Amino acid sequence: MALYELLLQPFAEFAFMRRALVASLALAFGCGPVGVLLVLRRMSLVGDAMSHAILPGAAVGFLMAGLSLGWMSVGGLLAGLAVALGSGLLSRATVLPEDASFAAFYAVALAAGVLLVSWKGSNVDLMHVLFGSVLAVDDDALLLIAAVATLTLLLGAAIYRPLVTECFDPGFLRQVGGRGGFYHMAFMALVVLNLVAAFQALGTLMAVGLMMLPAVSARLWATRLWSLMALSVAFGIAAGYGGLVLSFHVDVPSGPAIVLAAGALYVSSLLLGREGLLRRHLARFRHLEA
Amino acid sequence: MPPALVLDNLTVAYDRHSAVHHLSGRFEPGSLTALVGPNGAGKSTLLKALTGELRAAEGRIDLGGLKPGDLAYLPQHSALDRTFPIDVLEMVLLGLWGRVGPFGRVTMAMREEGRRALSAVKLAGFERRSIASLSVGQLQRALFARVLLQDAPIILLDEPFNAIDARTTADLVQQIYRWHGERRTVVAALHDLGQVREHFPQTLLLARRCVDWGPTARVLTAENQFRARGMAENWAASAAICRSAVA
Repeated sequence: MALYELLLQPFAEFAFMRRALVASLALAFGCGPVGVLLVLRRMSLVGDAMSHAILPGAAVGFLMAGLSLGWMSVGGLLAGLAVALGSGLLSRATVLPEDASFAAFYAVALAAGVLLVSWKGSNVDLMHVLFGSVLAVDDDALLLIAAVATLTLLLGAAIYRPLVTECFDPGFLRQVGGRGGFYHMAFMALVVLNLVAAFQALGTLMAVGLMMLPAVSARLWATRLWSLMALSVAFGIAAGYGGLVLSFHVDVPSGPAIVLAAGALYVSSLLLGREGLLRRHLARFRHLEA
Repeated sequence: MPPALVLDNLTVAYDRHSAVHHLSGRFEPGSLTALVGPNGAGKSTLLKALTGELRAAEGRIDLGGLKPGDLAYLPQHSALDRTFPIDVLEMVLLGLWGRVGPFGRVTMAMREEGRRALSAVKLAGFERRSIASLSVGQLQRALFARVLLQDAPIILLDEPFNAIDARTTADLVQQIYRWHGERRTVVAALHDLGQVREHFPQTLLLARRCVDWGPTARVLTAENQFRARGMAENWAASAAICRSAVA
């Protein structure tokens, strides 16, 4: 009985909890594989920068139509794509490496976004944009999140081979005439889409947590690409569920609770994971004969 | 039989300073050529120009109707990520790209071909090992297996035996011989002149310009090598614009 109250009742009783759960599950399916590829491309921080880059776009949408899902999503999407394209082009045209361009864009974007929202909106609006409110996800937002997850899985499966090859050995792909740049941009578009989706639930500052933390944790366990992605999704689901249960019982904001749950998984993986600290330490004393 | 690779007054430049200067000649179909010269002589530059990665500043390259992607090219420093979670067989199967492209099916027969390529470079049994666990020599063997699977008429190798031990080198030289026997054109940039004398019938001695190009015994004379060293070293920051051969 107590277990039921602890683990299931919140979702059985309250529709907003069910909605929040479905939203986090869908986010886990989209963000998990995308996050893994970001980690493997050494672009973990780029994901972070991108999530802030969508803020000014969403803020412009907010200025035009208030807290409207459609306007803020379209605005965020356009801003995110512009930054992704712009940083790529700039790094090719100047001496700045891509991450430097991203860092520059991201500082400007965050400041501009906060300024824009504060200009016309209240502090509550600002908090909503920065941290989201997964408990307030409505049907439209849920549909958007589910659509993004679906598109990510389908498109990701379709361009899996060129995407992974571009990630693993870009020089080879270029030489055999595979259009690596095209697939890279398609992937960046998926990153932006997933961040816009996560933005609905977790806000611009937390969105990247559900993308990177499960992926980084999975890297400490799995050694195959498919298992990395599957585990990353599983960790995302666990974090979404655990965070929601925690926020319900302890009465803390749900977005940070979800990200903290993902953080707890990360710390455990760091200690216990197959590639983690403890195993590495123990492995010093035992080795195979050949 | 592959087409001949023809270089016609080829100049390739970085920042307008030429790295390969007015080079003309041809790699005959099925020839086995060593590309020799001091550091900075333009060996890698020439290979990159042949693969289409660098553009000619002047002159042209005639691939005889082939596209740059039809050539197999093993760069000196592969840009591949050695920590990537991919196993040896999957890596080798990338050599099928020309046949299956980004979306085509990899059949069981093709996987079998990949296994045979791994045995050919003496890596049988390594199929499921992750590439992170390979030594430098084993990785080079696996990259040769990938070239093998590319089944290209023309094969370009940039210092393939750098930091590779004698036994691995001997095995890989055998593979180069097999390619030569199959009438493929092979061009390899090399430093070890003993190796070149022993295994490579043709040599192109390069020092930004062509010093000599022909049968190895004729090219690798002490006098030619002395000239090559002198020519490679006179790089000038304030070089004048080249006006020769603007025909």
